[in-house]
Amino acid sequence: MTVSLPTTGEAPLVVQGRSGGLREVAGRRFLLSLLVRKELRVRYRASVLGLGWSYVKPAVQFGVYFVGLGLVLRQNAIGDYAVYLFGGLVVMTVFGEAVGNATRSVVANADLVRKIYLPRELFPVSSLCVAGVHLGPQLLVLVIGALVAGWSPDPVGLLALLGALVLVGVLALGLGLLLAAVNVLFRDVENVVDLVLMVVVWTSPVLYPWQRVADLLGHGSTLLAIYQSNPLTVAVELVHRGTWAHASPGNAAALPGDLGVRVASSFAIALALLALGQWVFRSLSGRFAQEL
Amino acid sequence: MVAPVSAVELDGISKHFSLRHTHSLKESVVWALQGRARRDEFTALHPVELTIGRGESVALLGRNGSGKSTLLKLVAGVMAPDTGEVRVRGRLAGLLEVGAGFHPDLTGRENVYLNASILGVERARIEERFDDIVAFADIGPFLDTQVRFYSSGMFLRLAFAVAVHTEPDVFLVDEILAVGDEAFRAKCLDRIELLRAQGRTLVVVSHDLPLVERLCDRGVVLDRGHLVADAPIGAAVAAMRVAG
Repeated sequence: MTVSLPTTGEAPLVVQGRSGGLREVAGRRFLLSLLVRKELRVRYRASVLGLGWSYVKPAVQFGVYFVGLGLVLRQNAIGDYAVYLFGGLVVMTVFGEAVGNATRSVVANADLVRKIYLPRELFPVSSLCVAGVHLGPQLLVLVIGALVAGWSPDPVGLLALLGALVLVGVLALGLGLLLAAVNVLFRDVENVVDLVLMVVVWTSPVLYPWQRVADLLGHGSTLLAIYQSNPLTVAVELVHRGTWAHASPGNAAALPGDLGVRVASSFAIALALLALGQWVFRSLSGRFAQEL
Repeated sequence: MVAPVSAVELDGISKHFSLRHTHSLKESVVWALQGRARRDEFTALHPVELTIGRGESVALLGRNGSGKSTLLKLVAGVMAPDTGEVRVRGRLAGLLEVGAGFHPDLTGRENVYLNASILGVERARIEERFDDIVAFADIGPFLDTQVRFYSSGMFLRLAFAVAVHTEPDVFLVDEILAVGDEAFRAKCLDRIELLRAQGRTLVVVSHDLPLVERLCDRGVVLDRGHLVADAPIGAAVAAMRVAG
């Protein structure tokens, strides 16, 4: 067997070890799909329920909050509390999973990073994709729950829902790239991330209405403005706008105004973070192999 | 006469390690306050100039710690050099460790796809080569068993089979030919010689002098990070034998 190499049109010389960033990941989609499948397979090995666990965990979390806050502490201010709560939890769950796993992704794949060159951005990106796979079932539950509560979908609402998902995805990818790279140098990062992820559920209106925060911080105060410009807060409010707002008449009026402006600023923040994350990841990736 | 086409160009690359003793922020701060050195400096590779022509097979020789593996990692792109740059023409596959990228919880079949894809082979090509890979590895009924249940021999055979079937333009091999039983080793060597006969470029790191004499036609000797000899394989191996 002889294979003759092409003699015309020489392949160009390519400088090694210089990452093409996310663009290179886009060119290796098949590998990405295999990595995502591997991740899911490994996570659910020898498990009877398999992917079913991605329904069970948020369901239990939802149950705890619903009973604890809705029934025991009586969050009467919010109608359709279940839809309100679950919508926010979906955002927090997918964000937490994507960022938490992305942070660990490069260290977890140390064997590969040390021995074979492949675009390292693949690891955080595949963490995001795995979180996306887990998001599917939760979204389904949210939509069914909202329909049961009397939700009538409207085009603006669906657009808001889609916008929320894109916003969370961009935000998680940017932070994931940044944290994954820094975590290679300082393993403390993954613990800090776990801590912060525990707190962020409370820094957005997931469990309580935003008016409570406004009453506490003062309407028109700088602190409230900071609270409201948190991109995660905006994502949660977009999901509320998409589902909960049209579940019962009167809900929509309870949403804060100026959402449009804050959506724009959130996307700007998320995209800036993505650019920063990619830059940091790229500058540090040449050192990954020797630091692991 | 047409100038030979280069496959790999090393342009003044060097590598300097500062070995960090800690990966914890707390210790870094404490050590800094105590004025304790947090790093050890170590130059693994002084600036190296080397051009490897297409179709050449080159052995990197030298004692342990001479910088061979560092050089190979720089060529593979796993690490970035501190100075200079490495340029490679065509697709490169580095076999720096047999079975890197194999996952014990996946089946043999899944690992073939994953690993070949990691080594840069497109999907259609993997499907085309799949039967050859399985035949070469000779793992028969274990193809759909999780790799964790493989014997170490089976594991190595499958990993090597994937690597040699990726058909890269430039193939890097680090001390991996010491795998498997005698018969499989002979099969692997035949396969590597076939790659060579096809005009592919080989860069081999090995301490097995008779083996590199058989596989390579040029020897590059490194000593403590310096390139000290670059000669036809016979002379390079002789120099190594004299140096002991």
